[in-house]
Amino acid sequence: MTKTIQLSGVKKFYHVGEQDLAALDGINLEITKGEFSALMGPSGSGKSTLMNILGCLDRPTIGSYRLDGEEVANLSDDELAVTRNRKIGFVFQNFNLLSRISAAENVALPLVYAGIGKKEREERAMYFLEAVGLADRAQHQPNELSGGQRQRVAIARALVNNPHIIMADEPTGNLDTKSTHEIMAIFEKLHDEGRTIILVTHEPEIASCASRQLLVRDGKITRDEGKGVRMDVV
Amino acid sequence: MLFNESVQIALKALFSNKLRSILTMLGIIIGVGAVIAMVSVGMGVRQKVTNSIASLGSNMLIVMPGSANTGGVRSAAGSMVTLKYEDALAIKNKIKNIDYVSPTVSSSYQIVNGNQNWNSTVQGVTPEYMAIRSLKVSTGSFITQNDLTSRNRVAVIGTTVSSNLFGTENPVGQTIRVNSQPYKIIGVLESKGQSSVGQDQDDVVIIPLTTAQERMLGITYVKTINIQVSSQDKMDIVQEDVETLLRQRHHIINGKDDDFNVKNLTSLMQTMTETTTMLTLFLGSIAAISLIVGGIGIMNIMMVSVTERTREIGIRKALGATFKNIMMQFLIESVVIGVIGGLLGIVFGCSASLAIAQFGGFNTVITSAPILISFGFSVGIGLFFGIYPARKAALLDPIEALRYE
Repeated sequence: MTKTIQLSGVKKFYHVGEQDLAALDGINLEITKGEFSALMGPSGSGKSTLMNILGCLDRPTIGSYRLDGEEVANLSDDELAVTRNRKIGFVFQNFNLLSRISAAENVALPLVYAGIGKKEREERAMYFLEAVGLADRAQHQPNELSGGQRQRVAIARALVNNPHIIMADEPTGNLDTKSTHEIMAIFEKLHDEGRTIILVTHEPEIASCASRQLLVRDGKITRDEGKGVRMDVV
Repeated sequence: MLFNESVQIALKALFSNKLRSILTMLGIIIGVGAVIAMVSVGMGVRQKVTNSIASLGSNMLIVMPGSANTGGVRSAAGSMVTLKYEDALAIKNKIKNIDYVSPTVSSSYQIVNGNQNWNSTVQGVTPEYMAIRSLKVSTGSFITQNDLTSRNRVAVIGTTVSSNLFGTENPVGQTIRVNSQPYKIIGVLESKGQSSVGQDQDDVVIIPLTTAQERMLGITYVKTINIQVSSQDKMDIVQEDVETLLRQRHHIINGKDDDFNVKNLTSLMQTMTETTTMLTLFLGSIAAISLIVGGIGIMNIMMVSVTERTREIGIRKALGATFKNIMMQFLIESVVIGVIGGLLGIVFGCSASLAIAQFGGFNTVITSAPILISFGFSVGIGLFFGIYPARKAALLDPIEALRYE
């Protein structure tokens, strides 16, 4: 089975005053391609730090992180940016859409940094807006959309450059029940398409949609259930 | 990222904050406008000075007597009585590369017409004086060789004298009294306006040299000899020849001081041009200071913009924007402020310059150099003062930036 993500002995320290505070204290984790994992844990457990490292927004202080077999723990800022652009799609709790530009332009944003021409950007943005059912809202600005719609735009944006990993940080945290169900349905569909999904959440109900549940506590993974489920999907 | 995208993002950002963008640009607009307007005023002064020196005649050498030295006490320059009409004739006959030679004398007199009187300078000249000083006669005629040989009591007057003594009447054919002697007016000069040093060139009465020497002043010497050299590159040779000839004629042995001075108007012109160039640079550099102040304004607003858009920068970085991408985005934004501000500044500067010429009575000259330089400067200022804020934006940590509220 292809190991998309391999963390071994990952530690992350922060300087607080005189002391070094360990946010992550020796994480060993392997995620197979196509797995749908939920990352849980109380606040302060280190799950956000783990998420940032997995999303190539941050580097471990010590340890190795291999993404598709490539060591990324020692990449420069710009190399990390390129890796994020090509391999990872982000979905945030507060959507993080740019407010001054249209939904379609928001979706196309990663393609701008991938150096793709205007025409192809527009086509691909429309394709993914259609996929999340928002083709008719392409020219609307984010503040003209509902929370659920905004999150769907954000998902379209996460998908537009065809990354095989989707990182979702509390994607339903700001949504009502109906929108939550819609969004989770989209994630399940993406899982069926064979994408690797990592979902950070507080809610056990949301986590139960995932095939694998990871619990982070005091910078360590203390529980790991359902590993390797759906190995039929490659 | 493609360059076009960066420009579009920058324009969008500037348009979404119109008032702020315009106020920021105002600094640059005023700076560029001030440079263009001030330099145009300086260039105008320079043109005026150059023209008025040129109106004295081009390629001019002026020979004046030296100062008298009586028992070690030296008098004012030009007080010697050693220059003669014959010196002028000798210069004309013996030295090559000379177009015209005109000896003159002058003195101040009260000029009377009926119950009107006016104090003016009376100049005794030869007919060549007209060509050498580029004078033109608007009505009547100038002094002739015949007037010179017969020592006629005739006069040509300037417009200032004419208007003061005759009002709107045509003075040609009438008689004025100078030093109680009657002179018939044969012509009126075309107006030449003020000289570079503010002297009214129209306040003059011109009579034949011989008449002035013998009938009016009772002298045998001349005050100056004006020489027009045929071309500028011959000026120095002719000046040397004149000096050698006059030393011979005045029997001045080696080692003794000359009893005359030869002045070169071309070098005077150079000095004046240098002075006015300094003035122009001085005005321009004061205006350039306001451009730099405008640049600091750009930097200030870009710093605010970076702080305000921290979250946007975080989002862009999370989606794969590199250091260079973000740097470019903000640099282009500040350069665009410089470019638009510069263009508006050119319009503002040119209009201000025309307004100064129209309403301020100054002569202004708009040239391309200050426009190009100040525009280049404003773009450069946008670039320079944009670097620090853009770098600050590009160095933001994406995690911190995403968390920023």
